[in-house]
Amino acid sequence: MAKYVGQRVKRTEDPRLIQGLGHYVDDIKLPDTLHVAFLRSMYAHAKIKSIDTSEASHAPGVVAVYTGKDVAARVGPVPCAAALPDLKVPDYRVLATNHVVFVGQPIAVVVATDRYAARDAIDLIMIDYEELPAVIDVEQAAKGGPLVYEEYGDNIAYKLTAGEGDIEAALKSSDRVVSQRIVHQRLAPIAMEGRGVLARYYPGEQELTIWSSTQIPHLLRTQLAIMIGMPENKLRVITPEVGGGFGSKLNVYAEEALLGWISMQLGKPVKWIESRRENIQATIHGRGQVGYIEMGCNNDGTITGLRYNVFADLGAYHQLLTPAIPTLTGLMLSGSYKIPAIQMNVTGVFTNKMATDAYRGAGRPEATYVVERAVDLVAAELGMDTVDVRRKNFPAPSEFPFKTATGLFYDSGDYEAALNKALAMADYKSLREEQKKAREQGRLIGIGLSTYVEICALGPSQAMPAGGWESATVRIEPTGGVTILTGASPHGQGQETSFAQIAADELGVDLNAVTVIHGDTSIVQYGIGTFGSRATAVGGTAVFIAIEKLKEKATNIAAHMMKTDASNVVFKEGRFTKQAAKAASAGAGAKPEPEPDVPVGEAPAGAMPEPEADGKGVTIQDVALAAHIARDIPPGSEPGLSATYFFEPTNFTFPFGTHIAVVEVDRETGDIKFMRYVAVDDCGKVINPMLVDGQVQGGIVQALGQAMYEEIVYDDQGQLVTGTLMDYAIPKAAMVPWMDLDRTETPSPVNPMGVKGVGEAGTIGATPAIVGAIVDALSPFGVRHLDMPIKPETLWRIISKAN
Amino acid sequence: MKKPITVTVNGVAHHDEVEPRLLLVHYIRDVLGLTGTHIGCETSICGACTVILDGQSAKSCTMFAVQADGASVTTIEGMAASGDLHPVQEGFWEQHGLQCGYCTPGMIMAAAQMLERNPDPTDAEIRHGLEGNLCRCTGYQHIVEAVQYASRKMRDQAATGD
Repeated sequence: MAKYVGQRVKRTEDPRLIQGLGHYVDDIKLPDTLHVAFLRSMYAHAKIKSIDTSEASHAPGVVAVYTGKDVAARVGPVPCAAALPDLKVPDYRVLATNHVVFVGQPIAVVVATDRYAARDAIDLIMIDYEELPAVIDVEQAAKGGPLVYEEYGDNIAYKLTAGEGDIEAALKSSDRVVSQRIVHQRLAPIAMEGRGVLARYYPGEQELTIWSSTQIPHLLRTQLAIMIGMPENKLRVITPEVGGGFGSKLNVYAEEALLGWISMQLGKPVKWIESRRENIQATIHGRGQVGYIEMGCNNDGTITGLRYNVFADLGAYHQLLTPAIPTLTGLMLSGSYKIPAIQMNVTGVFTNKMATDAYRGAGRPEATYVVERAVDLVAAELGMDTVDVRRKNFPAPSEFPFKTATGLFYDSGDYEAALNKALAMADYKSLREEQKKAREQGRLIGIGLSTYVEICALGPSQAMPAGGWESATVRIEPTGGVTILTGASPHGQGQETSFAQIAADELGVDLNAVTVIHGDTSIVQYGIGTFGSRATAVGGTAVFIAIEKLKEKATNIAAHMMKTDASNVVFKEGRFTKQAAKAASAGAGAKPEPEPDVPVGEAPAGAMPEPEADGKGVTIQDVALAAHIARDIPPGSEPGLSATYFFEPTNFTFPFGTHIAVVEVDRETGDIKFMRYVAVDDCGKVINPMLVDGQVQGGIVQALGQAMYEEIVYDDQGQLVTGTLMDYAIPKAAMVPWMDLDRTETPSPVNPMGVKGVGEAGTIGATPAIVGAIVDALSPFGVRHLDMPIKPETLWRIISKAN
Repeated sequence: MKKPITVTVNGVAHHDEVEPRLLLVHYIRDVLGLTGTHIGCETSICGACTVILDGQSAKSCTMFAVQADGASVTTIEGMAASGDLHPVQEGFWEQHGLQCGYCTPGMIMAAAQMLERNPDPTDAEIRHGLEGNLCRCTGYQHIVEAVQYASRKMRDQAATGD
């Protein structure tokens, strides 16, 4: 039994955070820092006829004002890494020059001695706009409507068809076909810390350091080097404490490049801290799909095919991965079912709105929602229990690796085990009986299920735009401390703890002896970052394998220290010893072989660990010191004790599970109350169950936000109506049910620890369960589907109409 | 025109001249350098900026520093001043009540003040009591358990006169 892995180890991150001693970007104070404020477009679509900055330039405290003209030729466009056939990629400049295409688009910046002065001067910039008609609705934009870019002739950024099998034949030969239009409304990620950038240029060294609240320090460094046009090895990106990301900081933003460039112009540190209003306007949104489902089935409940025609609301520009997100939806359209024919036809559409991109789940919550809603529709159509339809279409555990008609191989799974466990926890049979009785009394109880599967551990580099591996360096310092440098960039997930758990067990050291360093491109070897539920499955595996390498090296040195062959050395609980069997071969009870004479006098007395002095072998700390002093290591071997490994996964991982929501809808008000929430998740081997629970709970509540509360609303002119947290409703504590969690554990064969990833599970799995429960509650009224966010008003209208 | 103010923060009296429009949270963070108090929304919704002001929890992002003239303020940095964690801080650590940690100082201040009003809150009372504080990471369940932990500990301490 491992001492740390698998245990509820308290986080090593927490002492600083619970005392207010962590450092987020705005907590870093450099002398002479100037503050930056942005003037952003107040129109969704307009021509800029002129910009007058003269008054602002002379305002108190103002040091500089820049507009698009100043930077157009000097800072490159905001990058899009998604490569799709015939993709239209608008030239997204860091400041607009003559054409703005969404509310919140940066037009000008003011640099001033304090943040109040910078904000004041923004109001003194005069812009003469010519307002243009805006296109907001994605389906209208796809048909024609006003054009975001006249030069393209339409609003279609790309069209893509994906999937395998003859969908036409499958639907035609099915006993029944259910169809439904569904909306995945736009959401705002709302990390509690918005974005923030601090940039400092060192003119003498010609080096630029950028502190940014990001999930991808190295990828950001590469892109900023290109945008600003400076050597990448003169650019350092540091991610200090990051107050949540959820995908919104898996990006490269105009502000990050601009701050760097401004610091180079002025030779001083410059800082920009995003306001919440800016955050909802100009940090990426998520979801934003309107789609049409057709699912074929036979009368026994067998699913025969799924077609999903979808309009993806990309917004006005591509951020880093914008057009690629719907392709992830296409990949996961088989859900946890055997579906012989699947087709997704996606139309990526420009609208006069902020770009959509990866928000927790990133295309996969959409897929799960499509499949799970469709399965519920099939059950309703056939008059079957939703559980039976699901069970009927699961691949059996023996069918893994399971090939889907979307071209994936699911690594491992036992979907029925998770389903059975969740049904038992919820006492599903009794619930249905209770529901029946309640209905007889006129009460509206609904039970919703989701048997989801997700794609995690993104991913093999073949399937990723910019590398899907992850890196780790593990070293043991001369004084015995273990240092891990990870290319992952945790921002709340707790990998400072979970990676230390892995290392402490593998190296047999105390957890407190391990320090995990991340998020500094000048300290840590190149890495990919934290997103796509990849940090533990890919980054943790890199740590694990780097430790294996390090132990191999340490074993050779230990053998040398103990004057034996490496094959005779065993490592256990932090100590290398000679193998008992070999010692025994010299005769039972015999003393170890006498050590041959060696010129030990050459080693500095006292500084070197005394090999085998106590007959108990040498510790890994002894080996580390010996490796650094390097006077007595195996001839020709490399001094020091560190190992680096870049782990390239051979496949994604596919966590899965069953979520069950039970709600009661108030007949009088339409109010929705949770009676029960049960989740059984399988994320493979678990390093720290407490952290896994935290990830699942947080994810479920974000899903609940989408199901019941959250929605980015633009009006017809493209004004953002939900621009503050007073208007954009993320769940509060009292809106959230108690969640009963459990797990099954199906190891992944993709990596040596068998871990799968869990960061997005809740968000992917929970939404259809909650929506399914509300729909089920209203099913006596003939309701089969409701669009999110499902509000009491909607339910009240349905109930009132029926009465 | 700058105004002179005296604010006692974590037991230390500070005399400063501030712009009348300077927000209390900026005074705490930028003038006093106590950056544990965070800003999350600027509209009093998220509660990341919660401090205790004359015994009441207050949102320091929608209050001017001059309004705190003469007041006594406790920030997160003042919660473990004796060297021991406050039971609420301990509860958050024990029960994994935080992930990214950004909302945490405000959450801890609001929870500590709630427990002063109601030392033995129910699950529903805790959730209601924390409605002025948003967390995007945890889903609140571990926060509720953290507050329950603190409640138990504080009642035990009170019982033993600790």
